[in-house]
Amino acid sequence: MARQIYQAIVDGILVGGVYALMAVGLTLIFGVLDIINIAQGVLVILGAYLSYSLETRLHVDLFLGLLITIPVMFVIGVFIQWAFIRRLRGRERTSMTLLVTYAVALIIEGILYEIYGPNPKQLTASYVQSSVHVFGFYLPYIYLYGFALALVLIAAIYLLLYRTTFGRSVRATMQDHTAARLIGIEVNRVAALTFGVGVGVTAAGGMLFGATNAFNPNSGYDLISRLLAIIILGGLGSIGGALAASVFMLTLESLVDIWSPEWAIVVFYAALVLVLVIRPTGFFGRQPVRAQ
Amino acid sequence: MGSVSRRRAAAGLALVLLAAAAIGFPVVFSSPVVTNYAIYALIFIAVVTAWNMFSGFSGYISLGQAVFFGSGAYAVGIAARDWHITGVGVFALLPLAAVVGAVIAVPFGLVALRVRRHTFIVITIAVFFIFQLMAYNFSFTGGSVGVSAPFLPWSPTTFNDRFYYLTLGCAVVAVVLAVLVRRARFGLRLRAIRDDEDRARGLGVRTMRVKLAAFVLSATITGLVGGVWFLYLTQVQPPSGFDPLFDLSLVLMAFLGGLGTISGPIIGALIIEPGQLYLTIKYTNGYLSEILLGALFLAIVIFVPRGIVPTTGEWLKRVRTRGQSAIPPASQRAPAATGLRSKEPATSDEGRSRLKRRPEASGKTGRAGEKI
Repeated sequence: MARQIYQAIVDGILVGGVYALMAVGLTLIFGVLDIINIAQGVLVILGAYLSYSLETRLHVDLFLGLLITIPVMFVIGVFIQWAFIRRLRGRERTSMTLLVTYAVALIIEGILYEIYGPNPKQLTASYVQSSVHVFGFYLPYIYLYGFALALVLIAAIYLLLYRTTFGRSVRATMQDHTAARLIGIEVNRVAALTFGVGVGVTAAGGMLFGATNAFNPNSGYDLISRLLAIIILGGLGSIGGALAASVFMLTLESLVDIWSPEWAIVVFYAALVLVLVIRPTGFFGRQPVRAQ
Repeated sequence: MGSVSRRRAAAGLALVLLAAAAIGFPVVFSSPVVTNYAIYALIFIAVVTAWNMFSGFSGYISLGQAVFFGSGAYAVGIAARDWHITGVGVFALLPLAAVVGAVIAVPFGLVALRVRRHTFIVITIAVFFIFQLMAYNFSFTGGSVGVSAPFLPWSPTTFNDRFYYLTLGCAVVAVVLAVLVRRARFGLRLRAIRDDEDRARGLGVRTMRVKLAAFVLSATITGLVGGVWFLYLTQVQPPSGFDPLFDLSLVLMAFLGGLGTISGPIIGALIIEPGQLYLTIKYTNGYLSEILLGALFLAIVIFVPRGIVPTTGEWLKRVRTRGQSAIPPASQRAPAATGLRSKEPATSDEGRSRLKRRPEASGKTGRAGEKI
């Protein structure tokens, strides 16, 4: 029993890394643009399909393929922001962006169905199936590599935000759009690039998700609701919070999974509701979420 | 004053004609295929009006309305199954569906209404998924098989007509309630919450109580309509009773017509629901209809971002006031502000800095551009 619990904790932490990679883009986009990108779930799946195509058609290694998929997804992200999000202003912006990103999600999902069909796919590679035996735990290689990749990419985003001029203007925009404009930051460009970065990281998250789960174009919905739960719990806009919350949630889920697999997912959402009742700002929320 | 009474008479006449058309509809179009479209449109008119009664008036966009809809459907189904109610007797269970909706809304609202904006939306999504998963996992909900309704001893020719009038009744009740809420002090409080919740509280509105009351009222109607929908469809499964697309369709309908108005959501439902149904029937694989639906969403947001009813209202007002002086007499100042505002470039980036000042102005003149 104790062994099972330890294994569940280790699994939860590793899977949490994969989820953090998917959630980090969402929380970054929220922090800068103040919108919830419902399309993020489908974009994860799009990233997985891109890796799938590269792997089956051109036999590109999954991790190497990221060098292609991340820039492609970056461009897609910039385009979505430029074409649709940029136009939205006014008091109903919150709900409007929800509708727009949902519409984008529907269109992408429909296109993926047209191209790949509804049958579930999974990414394959030599390291997807095999695992290493350490201290009595079975650790699949893909999760180890994935966790490492997640840490590297999240660290890279951290450096980008805190050590570069671009990062400084992103953080300024996060704090106050108007003031950022006044001191000469091109808020629109920052927003577009941030959206691009947020979606670009998703390509890596998608590849890992696709290698560890079977997916079809419809998988995005379940995913987006989990990711939303994670970023709200972590505190909207907080990157460290997203990492902590995904590790926490996934560990909790894999622990409950030992006793009852059916109820494990319910725990996921119930935890969100409970935490927000006690602490409406989430774990690491800086400004209170209640403020309008 | 004469023009006001004339306009009232015209509105009354239009209402009578509308009622006559609604009542006579199944007589003229007796085909079950056509009445099926009408029944679904009426179901959605009732639900979107109920949704709008809370979300549209208070500004709290809920994506969890399917919780009440599905729960109402399941309540009727489970009660009929366990209490062995057959035949027409099942209609006696519809009040139960309404009560179940209300009972669920109280704890749901107490938790979710503590937070605002994005967090509120996400909590409603989370609660929605909890309900869908519960429907899958509990044994009394029949798991993924769902629940079936008892057989109704009606001939196929009258089946649709009876449901048409039942759903018409639901829709009328929902709309009348929405009009009453909007005209009452209660509706004013809700809109005060939408415009500035903290200020509303400062002015003595008991915000939590008002929000919760509207939430429960909206849930009650939705639960009832969910029960009717279940009896019409004769079955409910977790993904159909608790359908995420359902919630988004409601939001889309309300936005297309005009959020917070009375006629807007009705118009939105009348346009979108038959369209959606037609697309799903025509393109059975569903992918193309999805792409088209997404494109429609985008078109609405880009071309009529504030909804058909407010946009048309402003347009009419501009046509009517054409040629009049730019500075109106003090008695008409509030409507004139509408015309000015509509000319503001919605896409310009300075809009952002102006927005900050906007609540001040609208606090004094009332929310401009509002139309029933």
